[in-house]
Amino acid sequence: MQVNSEFKPKIVAFCCNWCSYAGADLAGSSRLSYPADVKIIKVPCSCRVNPLFVLRAFEKGADGVIICGCHPGDCHYSTGNYYARRRMTLLFSMLDYLGIEKGRTRVEWVSAAEGVKFSTVMNNFVSKIYQLGENVKLGDLRCRK
Amino acid sequence: MQKIKLENINELLQSMAQIGKVYAPIEKAGQVNYYEWNKDAKLRLDVLNTVKSAKDVFFPQTEDLASFKTEGKEISIQAEKPLDEDFAVFGVRACDVKSFDILDKVFIEENTDEFYKARREHGVVISHACNEPEETCFCTTFGIDASAPKGDIETYTVGDTLYWLPVTDKGKEYSAKLGNILEEADESQVNKQKETIKAIMDKLPLKDVTTQAFGAGKTMEYFDRPEWKELSEACIGCGTCTYVCPTCQCYDIRDYDTGKSIERFRCWDSCMYSDFTMMAHGNPRKTQTERFRQRFMHKLVYFPDNNNGEFSCVGCGRCVAKCPISMNIVKVMKALGGK
Amino acid sequence: MQEVIKKRVKELFDNNTIVRAIGWENGEFFYDHTPAVFDSAADMDVFVYDNFCASNLSKYLINHCAPEGKTLVLLKPCDTYSFNQLLTEHRINKDNIYIIGIGCDGMVDIDKIRALGIKGITKITQNGDELVIDTMYGEKKCKKADVLLEKCLSCKGKKHMIYDELISENEDEMPQDASKRFDLVNELENMTSEERFAFWQNELSKCIRCNACRNICPACSCRKCVFDNSASGVASKANADSFEEKMFHIIRAFHVAGRCTDCGECTRVCPQGIPLHLLNRKFIKDINTLYGEYQAGETADQRGPLTDYTQQDVEPTFISDKEVK
Repeated sequence: MQVNSEFKPKIVAFCCNWCSYAGADLAGSSRLSYPADVKIIKVPCSCRVNPLFVLRAFEKGADGVIICGCHPGDCHYSTGNYYARRRMTLLFSMLDYLGIEKGRTRVEWVSAAEGVKFSTVMNNFVSKIYQLGENVKLGDLRCRK
Repeated sequence: MQKIKLENINELLQSMAQIGKVYAPIEKAGQVNYYEWNKDAKLRLDVLNTVKSAKDVFFPQTEDLASFKTEGKEISIQAEKPLDEDFAVFGVRACDVKSFDILDKVFIEENTDEFYKARREHGVVISHACNEPEETCFCTTFGIDASAPKGDIETYTVGDTLYWLPVTDKGKEYSAKLGNILEEADESQVNKQKETIKAIMDKLPLKDVTTQAFGAGKTMEYFDRPEWKELSEACIGCGTCTYVCPTCQCYDIRDYDTGKSIERFRCWDSCMYSDFTMMAHGNPRKTQTERFRQRFMHKLVYFPDNNNGEFSCVGCGRCVAKCPISMNIVKVMKALGGK
Repeated sequence: MQEVIKKRVKELFDNNTIVRAIGWENGEFFYDHTPAVFDSAADMDVFVYDNFCASNLSKYLINHCAPEGKTLVLLKPCDTYSFNQLLTEHRINKDNIYIIGIGCDGMVDIDKIRALGIKGITKITQNGDELVIDTMYGEKKCKKADVLLEKCLSCKGKKHMIYDELISENEDEMPQDASKRFDLVNELENMTSEERFAFWQNELSKCIRCNACRNICPACSCRKCVFDNSASGVASKANADSFEEKMFHIIRAFHVAGRCTDCGECTRVCPQGIPLHLLNRKFIKDINTLYGEYQAGETADQRGPLTDYTQQDVEPTFISDKEVK
């Protein structure tokens, strides 16, 4: 794989409104840093993330997609994240089956009180994407022109 | 007439590739379609019908038209330019050769489509006679002779030899550039082969399919026929027939937003689709029966109406072989036109 | 069998049990039967049932289980799974449908015969487990087992999951090779990531976006597909970039994950011969391994694995952190 020294990864983070987005907020107000490469998209619940959203993010040029929700058992809607968990497991497994690097996708549970965890998760994910380099297998080439 | 041993065909293609790109029936993942030839490609000259027809070379499934970019308050438009290099398409069967004439009527004779026209002007059509027609073939219905396939250069396989006959000026010019890779040959073998093919054509199971009942001016006669409902009942509304058809010419123009620019492209469209010619009020053809009728009326009545009686079907039999529910133009012609 | 079925359906028309029947109609050749709706006993004269009636008729019921009168449908064992799945999803109403379960000894794939280089096929007769093929270029022979449809190679058995009456001789017979169902999926899983990518790139780049796989699928029963919705941003009639076919095929398979009965129609109808069932089977295999054995359509009252959960489900990081091959 070609390693581009000026590679700036684009990371999309889908964060649930009730836990992870508040976790990101807390990370911010606690002055914990996480890379600016992460763009957060707020969703009502992790189970709102349709597999198509993940693929669309890659299509339009994302190098990594991470989905954050409440811890299992703590979903604001009781069970949403349990469904998300099954869906994303199957989707990630399918992407792997198609030969796409599996590190590019991830699910993490981050509560509203876990500002530190949010920052750690994002730092780890971004450094993983730095290792994997640019996403060439899963994007629409016209978006990379 | 010239010839070359089939075992040396890669050398022939090699010298053709030096003149310009060569598109040919090439097998990829078990299926044969027209792709650009290179020395690693698996040429399948023996396969009668490619999945997508040869129209893909002149009227590709997708092609870029223009790109729009905004910078501040300025919009810059970068239009794609029509093709400006010679190429050849090799191994085209008689039916597909004829389909180019039909596409010409649509894309050149009326309003000229510069992209299509440029490809036609730069492309040399090298046809190939059909030694073993399929049971699904009915090109004779449209007066096409599979034993003498037309084109700029006609080729024939007899035994282990490929015979090569430049017909048009363009074909002769192209052949001249090949140098001496081909050796001179006489026509007797080819003539004998032609007779054999003709004898087979006379025995094809679909040889009696006739267009007599159809043609220009028959719109009112067929439009409200009750058979349409029955015929279209099982249609699943996919685009297989349209996309494998050598004469279907409908397309859509779409814009793709890359986030930084708009990429305008053209792609094939199918009248079988529910979003075909979608307008603000919806699709003018609301049911699958209407969409189904449109496709066959276009080929058998509307096109002849506008083109001196010429039908827009060449009898290649692709839809006969590929339709998921085995409904096709032969069944439609027989059901509506009598046997 | 064809004549027995025809006679029975005619009887049901005559005693007013049914008002229409969905079956197959004779084609131009011996192999191109079209699904057809018969409206009377007399219509049934052109009815046909043999080794070329592969199409799964259950999806037609969505439009044909109209309120007036009963619709009869002929279902092969594998088709009954799709029927049950449609019942589960309330897409059809059993009260208006009369099912005759019909026996099946495997459907023949005419394309596989053509792929053997056999041209101009005019007639096929079965002689034991061998097929004698008359062609315009002389007589050819092949083993029936070699030219069975892909879906028949992993037959789920001869047992019908739902029916009102049966016309079948081999109801209890079990499939011989069902264990091989996941062989190709396993093979792909054992490749390296790069090899898998190359495999799918090669296969999917043939896609012409005709939508036959989607439209034939009994599980794809949405009134409007996201890929037909021009406002969705993903509606495309052709692949302008290699990514679009991947997106389409991943989502197509995902949308039927947990609902796909593995009826194999997608692969059967693909004009480019893409092994689409290998995408569906990957989901089925993962579901079986991670959430317990599940066969969609076995009964009409199951809860699908993707509309269910347990608190102990495996975490997606299990995939993300798996060792890279």
